[in-house]
Amino acid sequence: MTSSSGLHLKTIALIVVMVSVAPLGDTFLGKGMKQIGAFPGWKPAEMFHFFYRAFTSATIWTGIGLLLTFLVAYLVVLSWADYSYVLPASSISTLVVALLARFVLHETVRPLRWAGVAMVCLGVFTVGNTHPRTTEH
Amino acid sequence: MLTQAFLYFLIVVPGTAGEMCMSHAMKRIGEVTDFRPHAIARVIGRAMKTGWFWIGITMMASGFFALLGMLSVAKVSFVFPATALSYAVGTLGGKLFLGERVGRQRWFGVVIVCIGVILVALGKSQ
Repeated sequence: MTSSSGLHLKTIALIVVMVSVAPLGDTFLGKGMKQIGAFPGWKPAEMFHFFYRAFTSATIWTGIGLLLTFLVAYLVVLSWADYSYVLPASSISTLVVALLARFVLHETVRPLRWAGVAMVCLGVFTVGNTHPRTTEH
Repeated sequence: MLTQAFLYFLIVVPGTAGEMCMSHAMKRIGEVTDFRPHAIARVIGRAMKTGWFWIGITMMASGFFALLGMLSVAKVSFVFPATALSYAVGTLGGKLFLGERVGRQRWFGVVIVCIGVILVALGKSQ
């Protein structure tokens, strides 16, 4: 039997992994796809070259690796935590995305978006203060 | 309009139902207590032998492709705020189908998250 604080701690640790790697994975995939260019069309030779470029891109493989890490962390946390806990708690990724946009990509983040991020954080804090597991095992 | 409604349904319902199937599959496998890579790989391998896992993957894929389809016919400023409903549907599904006890505090948090996600999407699309 896992203690309540231990359960909270490992659930939060895995959600932190999830929300850290997923936006990074999306960013790498997006950057990789921009590097290889637009989808050329349905001709077999063009498609072959397109997918060859995609699957030989280190950037794209980094993105795939990060998203696989997200999937594994997601599955592991769901082995004990409620889906109705993990799903809203993982929305904290909006904060990570906004911080990446502002401080890494140097984009302008509008006040309305910051207000939304603050609401999400408040919601996650509220959900995070409930017990991560309410079902019997 | 009918196409958009159908795509929206696919995003919200099979998308969240797929995740619930994954949750059910992982609960059947049991709590992960060994976090070494080979132990986690063994657990994922066991999950992949259950039908719920593959039903979940298929439904999640339907939701994903519906999202791509929706993005090609509707404005991003509509699509992403609308998908915030998935949080409420997922929580309701967790209560009804996975037997999770969702109290007032968790519901309150979910509603705040939904409003926050809508504001984030509107803020992005301005």
